[in-house]
Amino acid sequence: MPPKSQLCLLAALAVAGVATAFAGRMDPYFLDVLLSVGVSVVLAASLNLINGFTGQFSLGHAGFMAVGAYTAATLTKTLGAKLLPLVGGQPWVLLPLALFAGGLTAALAGFLVGAPSLRLKGDYLAIVTLGFGEIIKVILQNVEFVGGALGLNGLPTTLNPAWSGVIVFATLAAPMLTVYVVWGLLNSTYGRGFLAVADDEVAAEAMGLNTTRYKITAFVVGAFFAGVAGGLYAHIKGTLTPGGFDFNKSIEIVVMVILGGMGRHVGVILAAVLLTVLSETLRKFGDYRMILYSLLLIVLMLTRPQGLFTWPLWKRKAA
Amino acid sequence: MFMTTPLLQLTDVTIRFGGLTAVSGVSATVGERELVGLIGPNGAGKTTVFNLITGVYQPTEGRIEFAGEPTAKLRPFELTERGIARTFQNIRLFPSLTVFDNVRVAFHLHLAHDAVHSLTRGPKFQREEVELRERTRELLSIFSLERVQEEPAKSLSYGDQRRLEIIRALATRPKLLLLDEPAAGMNPAEKVELMKLIQFIQEKFRLAILLVEHDMKVVMGICQRIHVLEYGRKIAEGTPAEIRANPAVIAAYLGKEHA
Repeated sequence: MPPKSQLCLLAALAVAGVATAFAGRMDPYFLDVLLSVGVSVVLAASLNLINGFTGQFSLGHAGFMAVGAYTAATLTKTLGAKLLPLVGGQPWVLLPLALFAGGLTAALAGFLVGAPSLRLKGDYLAIVTLGFGEIIKVILQNVEFVGGALGLNGLPTTLNPAWSGVIVFATLAAPMLTVYVVWGLLNSTYGRGFLAVADDEVAAEAMGLNTTRYKITAFVVGAFFAGVAGGLYAHIKGTLTPGGFDFNKSIEIVVMVILGGMGRHVGVILAAVLLTVLSETLRKFGDYRMILYSLLLIVLMLTRPQGLFTWPLWKRKAA
Repeated sequence: MFMTTPLLQLTDVTIRFGGLTAVSGVSATVGERELVGLIGPNGAGKTTVFNLITGVYQPTEGRIEFAGEPTAKLRPFELTERGIARTFQNIRLFPSLTVFDNVRVAFHLHLAHDAVHSLTRGPKFQREEVELRERTRELLSIFSLERVQEEPAKSLSYGDQRRLEIIRALATRPKLLLLDEPAAGMNPAEKVELMKLIQFIQEKFRLAILLVEHDMKVVMGICQRIHVLEYGRKIAEGTPAEIRANPAVIAAYLGKEHA
């Protein structure tokens, strides 16, 4: 008998499966928002591991997302014609592999960025990840293989009947897997180390915790899921441009984590859902959306500095 | 005093921060299961010595050996792995974690599971978690803190926070426990309690303790041997009775005219 948490995960995946079966009958706009919510939850839950639970401050989530998005898109589009026959012409095999590859490259990028900067204490990580996001953007703008500043177009999306099912299922299953991984990592004696590092690094080190390793683990796992989210995003939108992964995108994810209450599982998921739906409904205001975001943050910091969704019901308890 | 190799040995340890020599040529030992005091006026370098022993600083000159092995270049967590645990002068708990989790996290060194196991959550992992919960509860109950185990550590009283910090250090199963001014901010009754606690710990857990303390009553009352620092140098070493009668120590604490 597997533990309760794994049964929950299986049940959640089954729900995702059923939802996928009915995706064809859903209103296309509703489906689009639903999938965007899925991507946001993956992004927010994974950043929550870094910024919330482990107490580091990363501003580079959009950069990792871009790495994953371009990797996955290259595999399904640019190299898709060659790769698809290798897996029996099955998008159900190719997409998960492409997403996994996207996650791995993002994780590798996360390791390369994190390993030197996480040895340091303090705000260095914020500065380094900020720079990393910009560098990735500039690199993508200048590499012709991935379309340069114009980006990649014509990726397989849900409009393509052969791809529709797997894209919908993957986008609904990914947030569940992400939440399970983050939850699982934290709910163990090993995982309490992340919280200890966030609380007091010096004390954690004195208790025998390899704090650098904890920080790198959180950062690499977080980057992995940002990469997966990027791959999903690519196949929902069908087009990628380097400009889509700018600083604003990173901030959007940080806002979700802060709004939900740093280091809260449920709160951050709710915030990701709320903000994604909100930004969809505010789309008619275009660029003014960011003004609303800033105002929201200011009001929040003044009234609920601990986050919106932080009731005792969801407080961290000794598991 | 003792014939065997000491547990901890400092040989001519010096550390300079730029032009400032904080600790200069200090040699000292702590034997197995010995209770040793480290005293000295404010700014004598006591905490710096602690930070040298625990790997927070590396000595500019000299060597430190623990259990017969040099500790140079080891990071604090690696020294904790080898059996040195500590508390801090200004308490450093994990304030937002519960009392229970503060202690449980410190069992970390002896964990068989890691990140991957916390995802697969197999039967071995489950058993270890149950066992760790049991051991944490046991440790807390020895010091009667189990009644507050679900409270966040920051909500404890000052005295309980001090005790929790000591318990947490014990969970790493140290051979040597370093206590940095555990009596600071305590009233006389609490200090008596603390002295009993330290002696109880030393006997029950069979470990060596190095105690930095300002309070003479505490140090003189429980230590078997005392090292005295002044301006980064060691000026005396001996039993409490010898230290009490040492003219250099009296001069350091009360001024030359009293010596």
